[in-house]
Amino acid sequence: MISIKNLHKSYKMGSNSLHVLKGINFDVNEGELVAIMGSSGSGKSTLLNILGMLDLLDKGSYDLDGVPIKNLDETKAANYRNKFLGFVFQSFNLINYKTALENVTLPLYYQGMNRKERENLAIEYLDQVGLKDWAAHLPSELSGGQKQRVAIARAMVSQPKVLLADEPTGALDSQTSKEVMALIQEINSKGKTILIVTHEEDIAQMCSRIVRLKDGIIMEDKKNKMKKAI
Amino acid sequence: MFSRDRWFEIFDSIKKNKLRTFLSGFTVALGILIFVVLFGFGNGLDNTFEKFFKDDALNTMRIIPSRTSKPYMGYKANRRIEFINEDLEDISKRFEFYIDGITPRISESGDIGYKLKSNNYSIRGVAPSHQKNEMTIMMEGRYINGLDVENKERNVVLGRLVAQDLFGDEEPIGKFVSGSGRSWKVIGVYQDDGGDNEERIVYVPYTTLQLIKKNNDDIGQIIITYKPEIGYGGAVAFEDQIKKYLKQKKFIDPKDRRGIYIRSAAKDLKENDQFSTALSSIILFVGIGTLIAGIIGISNIMVFVVKERTKELGIRKAIGATPRSIIGMILQEAIFITTISGYVGLFVGIGILKLVGNTLEEDYYITDPFVDLNTAITATILLIGFGAFAGYLPAKRAAEIKPIEAMRDN
Repeated sequence: MISIKNLHKSYKMGSNSLHVLKGINFDVNEGELVAIMGSSGSGKSTLLNILGMLDLLDKGSYDLDGVPIKNLDETKAANYRNKFLGFVFQSFNLINYKTALENVTLPLYYQGMNRKERENLAIEYLDQVGLKDWAAHLPSELSGGQKQRVAIARAMVSQPKVLLADEPTGALDSQTSKEVMALIQEINSKGKTILIVTHEEDIAQMCSRIVRLKDGIIMEDKKNKMKKAI
Repeated sequence: MFSRDRWFEIFDSIKKNKLRTFLSGFTVALGILIFVVLFGFGNGLDNTFEKFFKDDALNTMRIIPSRTSKPYMGYKANRRIEFINEDLEDISKRFEFYIDGITPRISESGDIGYKLKSNNYSIRGVAPSHQKNEMTIMMEGRYINGLDVENKERNVVLGRLVAQDLFGDEEPIGKFVSGSGRSWKVIGVYQDDGGDNEERIVYVPYTTLQLIKKNNDDIGQIIITYKPEIGYGGAVAFEDQIKKYLKQKKFIDPKDRRGIYIRSAAKDLKENDQFSTALSSIILFVGIGTLIAGIIGISNIMVFVVKERTKELGIRKAIGATPRSIIGMILQEAIFITTISGYVGLFVGIGILKLVGNTLEEDYYITDPFVDLNTAITATILLIGFGAFAGYLPAKRAAEIKPIEAMRDN
């Protein structure tokens, strides 16, 4: 599903150049639930951003579902993101003046789907995350866990190839974290490929594979016996 | 651009961000409102100015005979010059090329009475073209015509106030008034923009007045309306020629500064024009200044709006919005809001001008303030255009920020 070869990325910081990723080789198969671990500064977020086409790579290659991701301009990146990827963020990133339902329909709007279909599909996905009754609520009226579940519904509604989650439990208490992870595991069990960036060991243990990054290189990449969240 | 969904998206954003919508709308509406009101007042000032000079036609010249100050060709100094009917004909023949209308003006004053009422009024003996250069407006009946002059009819045209004094509510047309011991038929009533005094004058055919007075052919002053197309230069040349011709004809020393006066509006007209141009420039300056202030206002608001939406735009990009659709959305929303509020400002402004009307005429010299609709609409479109342009730059920048950075912006 994902194939990365000899990936390099550095950032310019004034006159210095910060080499963040120093040759990453990394493949993900369909249906895997991968945790990318590492302390801050290890390059895990950068890796996720490149995977998510939110950032460009300097050197190396990146194939997503057999499509080489290169020469991305903003428009192309936007279309790929819309078609291939779903995002879940630590800070939820819902649009605060739109209801849960409207937030979930938004990716479909950018796909050009008509209004009625959009809403039906969004309701369906909200139902899957258990928030059908909260469809008409604004994000400010939802709890943290509910917001993250709306965000997951929004990421899933466009039926992406890969779900990318950047510290999805970072802003949640441990009980809510478990609930959100249970939802992610459930989605994974239906065959969706999911990558989670986290620095929490117990979250990583809930995934089927753990990739540990340190100073821009992969230290360890092993299968894991997935622990049930709940 | 015209997709229904895009509009839904925009209305949603407008509806749910009322403060933002209000701020940008208010700026534009206020800008246009102030522009319209100031511009209207400026035009009102111009109107007042024009009104001062509106009384008489501007392309006229009055030839006034007086006494000579130098002896010439055997004539003594201090000789009284007089024009007669023949001069009138000679002038109109000789200067046919320049002349639009020519009339004598014999000024008298006398009692005019109807039934028991009687008053002293100015009486002017004139030819038909006098109407044009005094810009006399007929309210009822008709002015003196060629036949009246030819047949020396005892017909009179009364000023509005004369008719009011003598007749009150009674219909004056066809009635007979008395003057110089004879009776005169009222054939018309006129009004004049030049003020009350201009409406207390009685006009009669000059030939009739000549007959009744002394049976002579003195004609007092000569008033000429020249063709406007000869222009300022032509008018000045015409004035010089006619002066030279009359001096020769009446045996006046060419160097004598007296004998004949010519009062021409041509020179005044030029000065008026300059003042009017200065006034227009000031109005234009004020208008452009207001517009620039409005444009700066809407630009600031647009920068603020885009800044406020940076995070939202980042989210939209992360879930698949293209830069084009981001810019399009922001601009369409901005143009929609500014168009609506621009026209609100426009019509409120015009409403205020209508409401003010002539109430400021007495104290502030603002008469009938108005804004030419084309100017106002152009101004509105300009403001909308600049608003869109001012929104475009930050929108483009926002669309280029990496979504990850935009979302980090809290």
